Amino acid sequence: MQIWPVIFALVLLSLVGFAVGQWRATVVLSRNEYLHSRPGHHGWYTALITFLPALVILIAVSFYLPHTIDAATLENLPHNEQPVDALSRQVALNEIQSLSQHSGILPSSPAMAEAAKNYEVRLRQATLWLAISVLGTAIIGLVVSSSQITTQFKARSIVEAIFMGGLSLSSVIAILITVGIVLSLLFESIRFFEKVPLLNFLGTSWSTQMAIRSDQVGSVGSFGALPLIYGTAFISLIAMLVAVPIGLMSAIYLTQYASLKMRRILKPVLEILAGVPTVVYGVFAVITIAPAIRAWGQSMGIDATSDSALAAGLVMGVMIIPFMSSMSDDALTAVPQSMRDGSLALGATPSETIRKVLLPAALPGIAGSFLLAISRAIGETMIVVMAAGQAANLTINPFKSVTTVTVQIVAALTGGDETFDSPRTLVAFALGLLLFIITLLLNIIALRVVKKYREAYD
Amino acid sequence: MNKQDVSAVKMTALNCNVYYNEKQAIKDVTIDIRADEVTAFIGPSGCGKSTFLRCLNRMNDTIAGCRVTGDIKLDGEDIYGKAMDVVQLRARVGMVFQKPNPFPKSIYENIAYGPRIHGLISNKTGLDEVVKNSLQKAGLWEEVKDRLNESGTALSGGQQQRLCIARAIAVNPEVILMDEPCSALDPIATAKIEELIEELRGRYAIVIVTHNMQQAARVSQKTAFFHLGSMVEYGATTDIFTNPRKERTKDYITGRYG
Ligand SMILES: Nc1ncnc2c1ncn2[C@@H]1O[C@H](COP(=O)(O)OP(=O)(O)O)[C@@H](O)[C@H]1O
Ligand SMILES: [Mg+2]
Repeated sequence: MQIWPVIFALVLLSLVGFAVGQWRATVVLSRNEYLHSRPGHHGWYTALITFLPALVILIAVSFYLPHTIDAATLENLPHNEQPVDALSRQVALNEIQSLSQHSGILPSSPAMAEAAKNYEVRLRQATLWLAISVLGTAIIGLVVSSSQITTQFKARSIVEAIFMGGLSLSSVIAILITVGIVLSLLFESIRFFEKVPLLNFLGTSWSTQMAIRSDQVGSVGSFGALPLIYGTAFISLIAMLVAVPIGLMSAIYLTQYASLKMRRILKPVLEILAGVPTVVYGVFAVITIAPAIRAWGQSMGIDATSDSALAAGLVMGVMIIPFMSSMSDDALTAVPQSMRDGSLALGATPSETIRKVLLPAALPGIAGSFLLAISRAIGETMIVVMAAGQAANLTINPFKSVTTVTVQIVAALTGGDETFDSPRTLVAFALGLLLFIITLLLNIIALRVVKKYREAYD
Repeated sequence: MNKQDVSAVKMTALNCNVYYNEKQAIKDVTIDIRADEVTAFIGPSGCGKSTFLRCLNRMNDTIAGCRVTGDIKLDGEDIYGKAMDVVQLRARVGMVFQKPNPFPKSIYENIAYGPRIHGLISNKTGLDEVVKNSLQKAGLWEEVKDRLNESGTALSGGQQQRLCIARAIAVNPEVILMDEPCSALDPIATAKIEELIEELRGRYAIVIVTHNMQQAARVSQKTAFFHLGSMVEYGATTDIFTNPRKERTKDYITGRYG
């Protein structure tokens, strides 16, 4: 079906509608009387009434027609070539479609060649139908709406209502998609827990390789997620140890000590740091940091692997610095200047003022940024996939490899060509749900804290 | 100069100029502030009263682009000189702001803040004593003695302002600067602050900025009238209000502008 010319024509007609509506309102009406709506509103009204119903028809028809064309084409095949199941049906359709699109292909049977020709004809007819129905609707809309224009016609109210409807529709779509994702996470997790008992999931042994083939002995495998949660927490801890002091101190410097010019340069630079794709950090971690840390660990006689919690944690910490600093910056900036003046006027030094007045006053905001930073660290995937490793170790040696929830989600879904109902794959959803719940809780707490602190000054 | 001498001049400014970047906000102001009196600065908005007040405890240092020239002395000591430490200066010259600005800490901690940072008192009983004393001097003790651990920001506006005065008193200053301390308060709270100023007079040199002329007349012994960055007239409050020497002063106090 040739859909693009139809869309083009529809847009064109809508523009015409706008011009007609505006023109009628300006020229025909406003000479004598007060208008309820301004000409622009009438223009928009006409354009929208031209466009929207036709768009609905366009969407409906372009979903519906291909199915009927396919069905009709297949029906015309001789009895002995009728497809018997979904697969052969698809094969036949594919052949018909490629025969109709490319001239050089040899048909598998004369009936097929016939069907392809048939298909082409139907397609052309369908395009015609599409154009007639869509553009017909548009023209009817244009005529009707432009003839509705009178001095008292409430085009403005209708246009406003349509815009509001469009906006609320968008937000509803966003919410529905989110809900859908959460529900699918939930249902797939339930499927997982039907196959693997919860107790297994809460165990300390993570070894999913056993579950590749369901006829093997011990096919369930062990899905103890504790080492993953531990690894996530361990790496996040290292990351926060890097990000919190540096982020907080740079926020203090930027808000309290830096000149306006300095601030104007440094703030965007920090924000650029936030814009670096995490895969770049990952590359940096693997290529530069991990080998250096390994060499360092070995030089001290510590058992060090090439992937390490330390490498991933340090780089992740750098990634989080801008979040920490920009949110702490906001929290510190929100403390009124009068607090600072009050303290300085009592003879406090700038650093006393920061430690004893500004930081305590901004503490809830800083705590909020801390929690949001942690939830970022926990959900971070790319850096740990590249630099933390796969081994589910419960170790406190930061030079050793650990693995995280996110790493194992990736591993579960990219490990091999498995079907989507083995526990080894389904565990990804259970882990995803776990991660979702943790970060959701952290975010809720963080937002509560931040909100509470806002109220303190408003 | 002798601190005990009640007639002593506490602070002097000689040919003081203040610039915000290139813009001059204070032009050649010369004034003596006496230890035993309340001095009022009056004048229309934007004439530089706050700017000049902030010179007296060097709060202008905290404003980027602000430059002060001329001599300002506290007990004969140049406060912009090398020997003067700004931290000590601000302990000796306290300040109360236009909008009450208690710290978001308990009432007790608000008062204890200054003595702690200056290391004036280290033990708990001594600190309790200072807190009580300061609150008493600020006329707030009776109202808050049972809730010293509540947040200072939970008090009413007038109470907050008296808390800020108590906070300034707690570090034992010699001079207290007040920048329109009543402009955010209702008439009853304003009256309380004015009473308080009357009580504090003599113990501290007090400088108060106000654009309420009745207030200046009620609380001060000396009045300085500022206009467009210059100090137009300075003298005994009664003279300024009953018998101004300059035409501009007369225009202002009779309400012809400002
Ligand atoms: N921080 C500042 N930066 C630049 N100009 C200022 C600043 N503060 C005050 N000024 C200017 O200095 C002049 C005097 O202001 P101010 O001392 O606040 O007057 P007043 O307290 O008498 O109303 C005004 O013109 C004002 O615009
Ligand atoms: Mg002022």
